[in-house]
Amino acid sequence: MQLSFKGLQYVVGTPEIVENMQNVRRLRPFDCDVISFLNDLSSELRKNRGYPDVATFGFWCRKAALLQEKEKYDDVSERFGKGIVFHSTPSNVPVNFAFSFAAGLLAGNANIVRLPGKPFEQVGIISDAISRLLGHNHKNMAPYIAFVKFPPMKEISDAFSALCNVRVIWGGDMTVDELRQSKIPARTTEITFADRHSIAVIDADAYLAEERKDAVIQNFYNDTYYSDQNACTSPRIIFWKGDKTAEAKSDFWKRVHGLVIEKYSLAPVQSVGKLNAMYSVASQKKVKLENSQDMLITRLAVNEIQKDLMDYKYNSGFYFEKDIDSLDDIVNVCDIRCQTVTYFGVKEEEFRKFLEESRPIGIDRIVPMGKSMDFALIWDGYDLIRQMSRKVTII
Amino acid sequence: MIFDEMLNIPPYSLDAEEKGRLLTKRLVELTKLHREHCYEYKNMLDAIGFDVDKAQSYKDLPFLPVRLFKEMDLRSVPQDDVVKTMTSSGTTGQSVSKIYLDRTTSSNQQKTMVKIVSGFTGSSRMPMIIIDCPSVVKNRVMFSARGAGILGFSIFGSKKIYALDDDMKLDAEGMKMFLEKFKGQKILLFGFTFMIWQHFYKELLRLKEKGITFDLSNGILIHGGGWKKLISEAVSHDEFHKKMEDVCGLHDIHDYYGMVEQTGCIYMECEFGHLHASNFSDVIIRRPLDFSEADIGETGIIQVVSAIPESYPGHSLLTEDEGSILGVDDCPCGRKGKYFKINGRLKNAEIRGCSDTYAAKF
Repeated sequence: MQLSFKGLQYVVGTPEIVENMQNVRRLRPFDCDVISFLNDLSSELRKNRGYPDVATFGFWCRKAALLQEKEKYDDVSERFGKGIVFHSTPSNVPVNFAFSFAAGLLAGNANIVRLPGKPFEQVGIISDAISRLLGHNHKNMAPYIAFVKFPPMKEISDAFSALCNVRVIWGGDMTVDELRQSKIPARTTEITFADRHSIAVIDADAYLAEERKDAVIQNFYNDTYYSDQNACTSPRIIFWKGDKTAEAKSDFWKRVHGLVIEKYSLAPVQSVGKLNAMYSVASQKKVKLENSQDMLITRLAVNEIQKDLMDYKYNSGFYFEKDIDSLDDIVNVCDIRCQTVTYFGVKEEEFRKFLEESRPIGIDRIVPMGKSMDFALIWDGYDLIRQMSRKVTII
Repeated sequence: MIFDEMLNIPPYSLDAEEKGRLLTKRLVELTKLHREHCYEYKNMLDAIGFDVDKAQSYKDLPFLPVRLFKEMDLRSVPQDDVVKTMTSSGTTGQSVSKIYLDRTTSSNQQKTMVKIVSGFTGSSRMPMIIIDCPSVVKNRVMFSARGAGILGFSIFGSKKIYALDDDMKLDAEGMKMFLEKFKGQKILLFGFTFMIWQHFYKELLRLKEKGITFDLSNGILIHGGGWKKLISEAVSHDEFHKKMEDVCGLHDIHDYYGMVEQTGCIYMECEFGHLHASNFSDVIIRRPLDFSEADIGETGIIQVVSAIPESYPGHSLLTEDEGSILGVDDCPCGRKGKYFKINGRLKNAEIRGCSDTYAAKF
């Protein structure tokens, strides 16, 4: 099998390691050696204070946290990794590849990870740390790990796809389509992260009663502007329930503006893009631009939520907004593309009741405001450990 | 009819106040016209709660991003009245603007262009060398920006030749004969900046080294399409001028700024290197954060208004270009109106430009 190509760069591992991946000893989920390796990686990375996203990953993969995750699985002893996982990670998020890789390893697999094409420093920091560990105390992990970089070339994707037992594709519909041009073996399964969108529900009365409003605003900022409101987890529609919605909105957005003007930098091309997106939706749907002093926050009030509203979503602080009486009113946007609901002041029972009664096609995660980006082993509706491992039954 | 009045005024004769009055009247009229006849445009105005009756000045009118014309068909006339559809340039795979013209708008574009350009070339027609290939203008129903530019300027030419063949090779023989025939006469040359540099200048330079020279010291060159490709070859405005003069004596050179979304209203470069707004249009620099009007000298996003468009709601547009106003009514060349400079495209914007898909190959 050809595993060396012009343009293909092995950042961690070698073609020989990939070649030999089919023969390595299978691991169980949450193998001790894996947890020990990730824990040392965690210590390495947490020395680095420069990048919050690297620190977040480092914090996530410490031993105590992973053992806690392990507790959630009652059938670890009956499971083995499926074999080789080929991860195609998103090009625009620096640290996502590390989570995908860690999940693949924790599930018990050898991993071929395609790194983001953009030269993020975070990628180098994590790759270097892993190389150091593999060269010293964790030589036994080396056969399970290859990090590669390559330009979009079908023959390279073909080679890794032909080898793998699980293919993980991040990066949205177009990337999924593109990679599916490369065949996978019949038994190989796929985990695909398609284009998604997310929403938020805020209880106006709970917000007004909240003493630490600025913390709420900071959480909202982390869910939205922190990633240019362009992550699949970033809310695009803000629903307000409760009695004093007008009052709550006025206070909320005033504070958001205060934070955004201080922390966020809006490039001219984003301003133009938002204006364009606004007119684009306005030409087709009944929307009303809410009072705004500048282009940092664009709020469009909608009267009704039509199913195709999310075709008009945009980023960089571009929100649709609607008052609702109950959660039932959000069901129209909860289609197959709807991923995360972030909430403030809404009770768990209300969501349970809504899910039970309205049975939306979409919504995979319901998380408190500020937690939308927190990675978990159950992501986008997939249980990553179970999807990347197989269960052996003995009767 | 205000537009016909405007056609009777010399194109660079009005000062800021007079021009402001006239443009406000015309652009308010156009805003009402499009609101009435273009459903999408009306919806847009409604969404932002815009009341045209409260507009004090044309500067208060909404501006649509040019990108909108790539995403949707915006027309204020029935499809049957459309006599021409213009498309913007765009590299392969990009969507292009579609601009629908009825008879009136199309004819006003041409009249306006004649008024503006003859202020630089004089009103009599001249032998003309088009620095492009003939195939660009073959399709007369769908006009690309390049084709539209060529056809637009062609009305200033009496006898015309294309300097390049369809393989973009210089027709040196043809040009020699053409120049021989019209010896002593003023010659008009027109083309797109990058095309001129790549296929005309470089070839003239090569020929000169072999001892074959052309004398264009009697010529006037009008060129447009932006500097992006030349900047990437590290060729500045001044260098372009100097090299052209060195290679063929051509020294009367005028850049222009314009876009297919507002054809007719081009902004010509004067003898002092400044781009000028005529009576028919204006440039307003907007601050990116809140779209308020920038001060003279302050860089911002360029808004353009044009008194022409009746068949599509493109009388007030926000471009994806960046620039600044250099002054108003006081350019040493004597022309009234604003004069300004373009810095180039906004960073990281979708690549537009007036030189067609061709430039992308280089």
